[in-house]
Amino acid sequence: MLKQVIDKEIAQQYDVDERDLYDLNLGPSHPATHGILENRVKLDGERIVKCESHIGYCHRSFEKLSEHYSYNQVLTITDRMNYVSSMANNIGWTLAAEKLLGIEVPKLVQYVRVIMLELNRIIDHLICTGVMGVDSGAYTGFLYFMEQRERAYDIIQKMTGARLTTTFGRVGGLDRPLYNEFKQDILEWLRPLPKVIKEFHTLLTRNRIFIERLRGVSEISEERALEFGFTGPNLRAAGVSYDVRKADPFSSYSDFDFDVPVGSTGDAYDRYMVRMVEMEESMKIIKQAIENLPDGPHHADVPEVYLPEKKHVYSSMESMIYHFKIIMHGIRPPVGEVYQAIEAPNGELGFYCVSDGGPNPYRLHFRSPCLYFYQSIEELLEGGLIADAIMTMSSINVIAGELER
Amino acid sequence: MPEIVAFLIEKTLVTIFVFIVVLTVVAFTTWIERIVAGHIQMRYGPNRAGPKGLFQVAADGVKFFMKEEFIPDRANKVLFVIAPTFTFMAAGFIMAVIPFGDRIMIGGREVLLQIADLNIAVLYVLAIGSLGVYGIIAGGWASNNKYSLMGGLRASSQMISYEIAMGLAIVALLLDHGTLSLRQIVLNQQGAIWHWSVFSHPIGFIIFYVAAFAESARVPFDLPEAENEIVAGYHTEYSAMKFGLFMFGEYVHMVLGSALIATLYFGGWSIPWVTAPEEPGLLWGLATFAVLWIKTYFFVFVYMWVRWTLPRFRYDQLMNLGWKRLIPIGVVNIFITAALLVVFQHLGIAG
Repeated sequence: MLKQVIDKEIAQQYDVDERDLYDLNLGPSHPATHGILENRVKLDGERIVKCESHIGYCHRSFEKLSEHYSYNQVLTITDRMNYVSSMANNIGWTLAAEKLLGIEVPKLVQYVRVIMLELNRIIDHLICTGVMGVDSGAYTGFLYFMEQRERAYDIIQKMTGARLTTTFGRVGGLDRPLYNEFKQDILEWLRPLPKVIKEFHTLLTRNRIFIERLRGVSEISEERALEFGFTGPNLRAAGVSYDVRKADPFSSYSDFDFDVPVGSTGDAYDRYMVRMVEMEESMKIIKQAIENLPDGPHHADVPEVYLPEKKHVYSSMESMIYHFKIIMHGIRPPVGEVYQAIEAPNGELGFYCVSDGGPNPYRLHFRSPCLYFYQSIEELLEGGLIADAIMTMSSINVIAGELER
Repeated sequence: MPEIVAFLIEKTLVTIFVFIVVLTVVAFTTWIERIVAGHIQMRYGPNRAGPKGLFQVAADGVKFFMKEEFIPDRANKVLFVIAPTFTFMAAGFIMAVIPFGDRIMIGGREVLLQIADLNIAVLYVLAIGSLGVYGIIAGGWASNNKYSLMGGLRASSQMISYEIAMGLAIVALLLDHGTLSLRQIVLNQQGAIWHWSVFSHPIGFIIFYVAAFAESARVPFDLPEAENEIVAGYHTEYSAMKFGLFMFGEYVHMVLGSALIATLYFGGWSIPWVTAPEEPGLLWGLATFAVLWIKTYFFVFVYMWVRWTLPRFRYDQLMNLGWKRLIPIGVVNIFITAALLVVFQHLGIAG
């Protein structure tokens, strides 16, 4: 009975015959949602008349959990936010904690963070653009990209010992010195990448069917995107040249020369192209960083924050005291609050942290870009076809783990 | 031996032969598809079961039979069970009229390497081909699943639209050949390679090929089962051998569709510049048989190539392509062909 009333209202509002309305759940478990998102759509034939999106299926209360974790332990939580580019979250959080503690890390650490952040940006964009291919029915390009991603994970594995949940770095520096072949490995990884991206371009970018599937799909205007709080590639696709790396450089981003690609219409094709071009820009940054990689210690000289090496703990007095202090009392930043944003692959990833002087954050909020994208999903889907809905969902690249945290 | 007994024996043997060959070839087409896909996607493909993964086909068959037969609650059980067989049969019936080879002489008896040389074979193909969609619609509707229903609806509109285009392409071809018998169409294309219809009907060939793609519901026309949009379309709820039959039906459709393209446009079993010997023996029969399969497999390969390369159309784009592009071009093609035929006949050059 209630459904009929609702249907009638919708039919009147959108000027369709109420007998034509057909309910369909795109999600929470659907091949195209890539995670647990739910869109309840009302269809008129293939056209989506009304969309109602629900979130909360993947909520793991990370923000509350963080209030019981020490500053380094929060790092493991950030791994599980955007699991496609977990290092970006790690870097964002360490930067936020360092800002709170007032630590200036050595140039080497900053450069390595830039390299790893850009590497993760490439990984994330490889997956996003590849999945756009998969969702439009072209599976092959995705596997070409997946191969490159696996090779990148090999490097990440060497750096951190894990492939997906990286827990990269620590507050105050890197968790361990760089391994010896780091430079060669990165350069080796970069070498075939332009060719693969070019291959992908020939496979999809100029493919007539692919263009027609993406052009004009879920367009969003500059103003609307800003109103929703879009950031990252999706905002740039709409024509706003906003990039945290340029607007508020962190981790010595001002040392590097790179361009920020900007789209014009904000449709799925622009979002795709912005990501494709950004990969090339990221490669440029990585090359510059590798060339100018300075020598030096892998952590800042902050013994009260950064754990001493184990062998020193057993042999030197100061190290043992600091070790004891950090383990037993924790890292205690001064009372205050801090907001640190980084340009994560998906957009502005912010960490707002309030400290009461204790070993755990008093309050921690993650500003994850996906939540802001997903607010617009109802507006973007309505009026399109089912196939458009799929392309919209994959092109705005909502990662369920980051959306709900 | 009375004529009728000899006839029955001959036809029974040919039917069994064709049936076994086609089904075996189709089964191994699934293996070829995976090998081709693996090659295109730079991965290995099947290489575990047997040499080069050849036994994968048997392994799949066993798996299909061992899986749980699941019938959803409140599904229409009768239709749900019948639907896959229907699709499979409709695809398989086409093999009855495809000329798999020339006639051969065995013991002074002329044997056609074809189950039936119908004089309305082309009509038969079109008629049987359109039956296949009933299985899909019935399966989609009987599953009591929203995604399945959408898949069934998509399939019905897609196949009906593209059948028209396919029919129009064939009409132009028939104007030229003046016969509906597939064997006669092949005989007409004997001789030099430019006797193949594809050279006299390039536009018709393109329309036919695109429509054949759409009929077999493979990428870029796999909307009925678009897995990212409607989960698995009409066979979402199917499991075990019922799903296997849908799947097998798709491959039968693909292989026989390719054989039909080879027959209609690429000279069928005929070998360019080679004429049939006076006394065609078994060797000649095998040669023509092999030639048809080579031509067929070229098109099967193109099917696979396209599948692993192109994205999928959107529903409205599919309809636009069918109704606004292919059908008008097909109609114009008929008129152009007819006009040219009249001109040539007037000039005294045979069509």
